[in-house]
This record gives sequence, structure tokens and C-alpha cells, in this order.
Amino acid sequence: MSATTVAQAAYIVAGLLFIMSLAGLSKHETAKSGVVYGIVGMVIALAATIALTTDSISAAGAVLLVTALAIGAGIGLWRARGVEMTAMPELIAILHSFVGLAAVLVGWNSYLDVEASASAKTDLSGSLLAIHHAEVFIGVFIGAVTFTGSVVAFGKLSGRIKAAPLMLPGRHLLNLGALVAFGALTVAFVISPNVALLATVTVIALLLGVHLVASIGGGDMPVVVSMLNSYSGWAAAASGFLLDNNLLIVTGALVGSSGAYLSHVMCKAMNRSFISVIAGGFGDVAVAASGTDYGEYREITAEETAKLLMEASSVIITPGYGMAVAQAQYPVADLTRRLRERGVDVRFGIHPVAGRLPGHMNVLLAEAKVPYDIVFEMDEINDDFAKTSVVLVIGANDTVNPAAEEDPSSPIAGMPVLRVWEAEHVIVFKRSMAVGYAGVQNPLFFRENTQMLFGDAKARVEDILRAL
Amino acid sequence: MRIGITTESRAGETRVSATPATVAELLKLGYEVVVEPGAGARSSFADDAYVEAGAQLGDARSADIIFKVNAPTPAEIEKIRDGATLISLLSPARNPELLDALAARPITVLAMDAVPRISRAQPLDALSSMANIAGYRAVIEAAHAFGRFFTGQVTAAGKVPPAKVLVAGAGVAGLAAIGTAASLGAIVRATDPRPEVADQVRSLGGEFLSVDVEQEASIDGYARATSAEYDRRAAEIYREQAAEVDIIITTALIPGRPAPRLITADHIARMKRGSVIVDMAVEQGGNVEGSVPGEVVTTDNGVTIIGYTDLASRLPAQASQLYGTNLVNLMKLLTPAKDGRLVLDFDDVVQRSMTVVRNGEKTWPPPPVPVSATPQQPTTAAKAAVAEPEPVRPGRRYALVGAGIAALFLLAAFSPHQLINNLTVFVLAVVIGYYVIGKVHHALHTPLMSVTNAISGIIVVGALLQIGQGNAVVTALSFGAILLATINIFGGFAVTRRMLGMFSKDQAA
Repeated sequence: MSATTVAQAAYIVAGLLFIMSLAGLSKHETAKSGVVYGIVGMVIALAATIALTTDSISAAGAVLLVTALAIGAGIGLWRARGVEMTAMPELIAILHSFVGLAAVLVGWNSYLDVEASASAKTDLSGSLLAIHHAEVFIGVFIGAVTFTGSVVAFGKLSGRIKAAPLMLPGRHLLNLGALVAFGALTVAFVISPNVALLATVTVIALLLGVHLVASIGGGDMPVVVSMLNSYSGWAAAASGFLLDNNLLIVTGALVGSSGAYLSHVMCKAMNRSFISVIAGGFGDVAVAASGTDYGEYREITAEETAKLLMEASSVIITPGYGMAVAQAQYPVADLTRRLRERGVDVRFGIHPVAGRLPGHMNVLLAEAKVPYDIVFEMDEINDDFAKTSVVLVIGANDTVNPAAEEDPSSPIAGMPVLRVWEAEHVIVFKRSMAVGYAGVQNPLFFRENTQMLFGDAKARVEDILRAL
Repeated sequence: MRIGITTESRAGETRVSATPATVAELLKLGYEVVVEPGAGARSSFADDAYVEAGAQLGDARSADIIFKVNAPTPAEIEKIRDGATLISLLSPARNPELLDALAARPITVLAMDAVPRISRAQPLDALSSMANIAGYRAVIEAAHAFGRFFTGQVTAAGKVPPAKVLVAGAGVAGLAAIGTAASLGAIVRATDPRPEVADQVRSLGGEFLSVDVEQEASIDGYARATSAEYDRRAAEIYREQAAEVDIIITTALIPGRPAPRLITADHIARMKRGSVIVDMAVEQGGNVEGSVPGEVVTTDNGVTIIGYTDLASRLPAQASQLYGTNLVNLMKLLTPAKDGRLVLDFDDVVQRSMTVVRNGEKTWPPPPVPVSATPQQPTTAAKAAVAEPEPVRPGRRYALVGAGIAALFLLAAFSPHQLINNLTVFVLAVVIGYYVIGKVHHALHTPLMSVTNAISGIIVVGALLQIGQGNAVVTALSFGAILLATINIFGGFAVTRRMLGMFSKDQAA
């Protein structure tokens, strides 16, 4: 038994704990223990690694190591404590960027290490060295794309960058060109490694990351965020190959496939292929259905809505990104409580892509103390709308658009949607008659059983609470 | 202008065209209201109540606008002032002589039963409001004549089966009957040639018996005459049902045509003794063979056929209130300035459709109005068009999987030992990840992402191994990498814990 075998054993245990952690998160009941498994795994992995470094690390290095850990821990805990639940997408995006950047740094380090130290060079020879070079390149490339992509996603989610997709001429060619250049440079680097090539590919990857995410619109953010989650995993896995570290490979692969799966779920929920999301927003097709006359819409006041709700036997609330923007989750939760006290059956119907993050709405409602067992996903609740007295659509648009089912020429045709229009009454909370993210007019607003309640969602829900 | 509320002259009519509540509304629109003494007596509205609401008692027949429930008699038409406006239920399609008589006078006449079926006009659709009441009353009359409970019960004295009710025609009256019978506890079935009403029937607790024959979609919201094939299939259903059900309520009407004959003597003969039939279409010729308008008939095999034509009048206070509100809503439309002056706008499709005589000139029938409740046909076509994307053919799938595995095999075969080890771990971890994540509950996707955020901070291991190993640049870069990755680890776990702490189960449940 040596320090290395102990570390290897610890890594296996840690990898297993990470798998158990993800498995635990599959259900509400086991989710908390899942996090505990994750933390234990992380502690074991870190302790083993630090123990492994003790015999060769310099004193200054040790101090720096501890300092970096302490600062990182401090920042991490501080951000985690302070973040608003509505700002979760931003936090997650920026955390992805950290992994990306760390992967870039690890890749560079590994290159510098191998180049600089003669001893390392003797360890690796011939084909192993070539593979090492390729791994450095791949790791740096994925890491850099993740880094800038996540930074742009963060900017878009937090409103620092305009959410509209950036439409450069020949944007597909740009992306393709970057990939081709990456391939060519990898070959060149394997043949004759030098700093200039590594720097070039880093820059290309950084630019590709920016462009990739900049050309995707705000409504596709759930896909982008889960895609970046996946990339950050692949970046960690690439570093694992680079360092011949199985724990990194296992963890990276877990995270990578988890992100890929989430992206797949999100894409299916929008009835779009992954490629079409990555290649940019709806922009090109949106104008198609505009000229149609949909008739008149009807307005309703908060007082009338309150009356309807009091007389209702069952109510379904379908929130969207607008609820997050207006921070309306607390009054909505209050409304839910009040109605439930009166014996009204209140439930929530959540579309998979509602919000800007997979599961975003669930977190917001949980924050406001809405019990999770009255929050249902689309497939669970879609058949119940026909038996529902009142549906409150709060800040959702495309996810409740009947055109997706009824108008084959609509840009969102075939996208699964919440069939709210089957309910007896539909109240739509909306700021104005503007179109949703997909740029498609929503015939729901003009249905006979639909009434519009204009204004800020939070203010309107509070008005209803007063009128109750 | 003055609105006159007259006493209804038709025998058995108990309704009145305004109640104290609607009088108050009319006054708000700027009108004066004159009520004939005793007009509301049979609806339990006393003259005093009208006066209290602001109306005057007096000669209502010479007012500028006359509200009535039933079509006027020739004598009443004579008494109407020149230039006045008469608003009433008229059945213009079935009463051409009445229209001619009205058009002989220099007056304007609006028919409350000629409201187009568009959503904007719903508040003034008297046919709907009356049909609603009649449907309710039909069930009550049937229950009165039926010698049993509607609801099933298990009592100490034995088990009581629930009554079975068949409602033919799921229009407004039919739906009201379905809802009423269902709420009394009966098992309710309904038929209608329009398949699109099936959901409405179910929403009220009824079971929809569909006749599986292609039907033309309705464009005006009313049922159409049916095809011969449909009638044959429907007759089979009625024949089967007649033997089984206890109550049949028929409401089938086709605008401008005699009511279709749905229940024949043969069907009735199959019914159980003590069963009840209410024929709500008896005035238009009847859906039921042997029904007599205004009469209750009992057949040889003990089936009671109720042919009351005044079902709505049998709830006079309610019917008057709803009809009066329909009239108020019409007046709101006709009085845009709320100044007590009636303005008829022929460009408005609702007003155009309702006006049967304008200043002595016959304006019936109006141009057709398509309803806004669009037929369901395009929907189904669209659904077919947005079909599932073609699944990947098995051959192609095998080819893809095969190619992938072959590529992996080649890569591994030509790799040095160390890379193979790494690849093995990698491939297995990807597969495990995919299956583990596939089971994650939708609501937990955000915590899942933040936890993966935290564990992808494991990249810190790489940087930990690199820091302080002699090279200053490497150490500096590692410092940065450790710092960033640690933010991830701590931030990710902490925020996940915080989020999961918020998810709480309903205490009550």
C-alpha cells in the first residue's frame, strides 16, 4: 500500500459517491441525502489528492494551495447564500464558466509542465507523448468554449447583454471554420508542439464560445445552459485523460452525459433538434404567420378574477418566465394558500422549458413554499385542463400557444404545449399584447374563454389577493 | 325615451319582460320605464317593487319602446304607436304572417330569438337563457312524474339503483338537462350529431354516445339536418337505449325546419312501465311520436310523455330575470351614448340580424353570420399534419450503432495501454451517467445542475497536483484554477442544499 494506491482507492470511492449523489437527486425524498453523498465524495477526493501532493509540494506552494481553497470556498459560500432564486440561471452559467476556465488553465499547465520539466518528458515517449499533446489541445479547446460561452450566457441571463440572437452573416460557416481550424491545428500541434499553436487554438475556442452562445436567443437558454453544463463535464473529462486521472474522467463523463440528457429533454419539449437550437433562434421564420386577423381579445379586472377564482372548484396555474421576471412567486404562493384554504383545488402545470433553466419554475415555487406535490409537469396535468374551472397563465406565452397543435404553418408547430384553452376560463397575466420569444402571435388570447389581465404580474396577483 | 313593460296576454304565460332589478339598469341607461299595473304579478314581482326601483305605473302600450316576452296579438300590434320599437321573442322563421302584420305598421321590430351565435352577442341571447331554464325544468318535471329516486342509494330497506337518463341533443337546453340530471345523481347519456360537443357533455358529468358517421361541421353553431346514414345509426342507438333508460329528454331542433322525429312509437313500446319522456321540441313538431303540445300523455305501456311548451315559464321569477337582463344588454348595445336614445346601427351584425322590421319595411331574413366558434375540422387536419417525426428505421439504427462501436474499437485497438484504461472508464461512466440522469424528476433539474456544477469542480484535483511543483508560471495558473474550481465546489453544494431545503411537501396531504 503506497500513497498512490490509497489515492486511487479514494478516487474509486469518490466516483461511486458521485454516482450515488446523482441517483439520489432523482427523487424529492432522497435528494438531500444525494447532496450529502456528493459532499462526502468531494471531501474524500480532495483529502486524497492533497495527501498525494504533500511529499513533493514546496512550502510556498502549500500556502498558495490553502489560500486558493480558502478564498474559493469563501466566495462560493457567499454567492450561494446570497443568490436570488430568480437569478439561479445566471449563477449556474457563471459556475460553468469557472470549470471551463479551470480546464483551460489545467491544460496549459500540463503543457508547460511536460515541456519545461525534462523528467516528465522521459515518462512519456513516442505515441504517448503525441496523445498527450492531442489531449492538451482538446482539453483547452473544450474548456475555452465552455468558458466564454458561459460568460455570454451569464450576460444574457442577467440582462447585461441583449438576449436577442446575434445574426452574423455566414454564422454557420464561422462555426464550421472554427472546428476545421481546430482539427488542422491539432494535427500540427501533435507534430510540432509550440506555445503559439496552443495560444492560437485558445483564442479560436474563446471566440467560438462567444459566437455560439451570442447567436442563440433568450428563450432557448434552458438548452444552452444544459449544453454548457455538458461541455463543462467534457472539459473535466478531457483534463482527466490529460492527467491520467480516472476520477476526473468519471466525474466529467457523468456531468457531461447529464448535461447532454437535459439538453435532449429541453429540445424535445420544444420539438426542435439540438442542432437547430445551437445554430440560432427562431429569427428567420417568425414573420410567417403575422398578418392574420385573430379577432378581439377581452380584458378582465383583478376583482372579477378574484370572483371567478372564489367560485371555481379547481384552478391550475401555469407560470412562465414572466413570473420570474416580475418576482411574482410569493404572491402567487399566497394566492394558492388562500384558495386552498377555501377548498379550491389549486395545482401548477409546468412546461419543461418554462423559465430560463431546466426546472427553474419548480425552484421558484419551492422558494415561495408551494408544496411540491401540487406542482405537476406537463404530461401529468395536460389531460386535466378540460375538467378545470379556471387557468391562470402567469407570464407564459409560447408554452400555452394552441397554434403549436392546430396550425401546421406556425413556427412552433408540433411543440408540445399545455392545453390550457380546454379549461372553462383562462386568465392570461401579461404586460401587453406583445408576442412571445418565438415571435409568434398567440391565438389563445383571442379565444372566447380567454380574458386578459394586463399589467405587472406581481401587482396584479396582489390586487387579486386584496379582492379575495 | 320611454320603455313600456306590458302584461303578457298569452294564456299560461307567467314571465314578464323586466324585473325591478333590470328596471334599475334601464334607468341607468337614461330611459324612463312605464310598467303596466300587475305586469309582474305572476312572476312574484309586486308593482310596488317596480315603483321602488324607479319605474312609473301606467299605460305601457303607447311607449316609445315596448318590451314583450311573447309575440304580440293583432290587437296589440294595432295599439303600438307609429315610430315605436317593439322588442320580443317572435320566432320569425316560423311566423311569416306575424312578420307581415308587423311590417304593415310604421314600426321597428327586433326579435330576441334572432341573435346571431357569436361570442359578443352571448349576453343578449334570450334563446340560450330560456333554453337553459327549460332544460333544468324538463328534468324537474320528469323527476316529478317519475316514481323513483334519481340517485342510487344503499339503504337499510334495500338497494336503490340510480335512474338512467338519455338526453337527445346537447345544445344549451340539453346541456342544462344533462347537468341537472347528473347533479341529482342519475346516470346521464347524451347524443348529438355534432361530435365537437362531446367534451361539453362529459364536462357536465354525462356520457356521450357518438354516432360514428361522418357529419358536416356546423358553421353557425346550430345543429344541421342529418344524413340518412346518420339517422339510421342514431335510430339503432335510440332503440337500444329506450329499453334501458328510465327518462328520455329530447331537445333536438334544427333552425327553420320541423323538429326531427327521434323517438318512434316502436321505441316507446320498448320502454319500461313508469318511464318518462319530456319532448322539449314539441312546439316545433316534436321529437317524440305521440307527444302533444302542452299536454301530458300516458301510453298504453305506462310511459308518460310530457309535452309542456312553457317549461321556462314554469320558473317565472328566474326566467323573467334572465330575459330582462338579456333585454338590458341589448339596450346597452343600442344606447351607445347612455342618453336614453335608441340608435339602430345596421352595420353591426348583431343589430342587423335581430331587426326583422325597420320602419315598416321587412328586413327578414338577415344575411348569414358565421360563428366565431370555428368548426373543429381544421384542427384535426392540422393534428394529422403535425404528425410524429418518422422514427429512425431499425436498419439505420443498427448501422449507426455499428459504426460507432467500430470507430471505438479502432480507436482502442491502436491506442497505448494507458489510453485504453482511460477510455474504458470514460465510456462506462457516460453510460452510467445517462441512465442515472434519465430517472431524475423534472422538478429537480435545477438542483441537479447545481450539483453537477459542484462535482465538476473536481477538476481542482488536476490543479492541486500541479501547484507548487517548481514551475512558477504553472503554480500561478494552478492557483487560479484551484480558486475557481473551489468556488464551484462550495457554491454548487451550498446552493443545492439551500434549494432542496425549500422543497416541501404539502402538510395537509
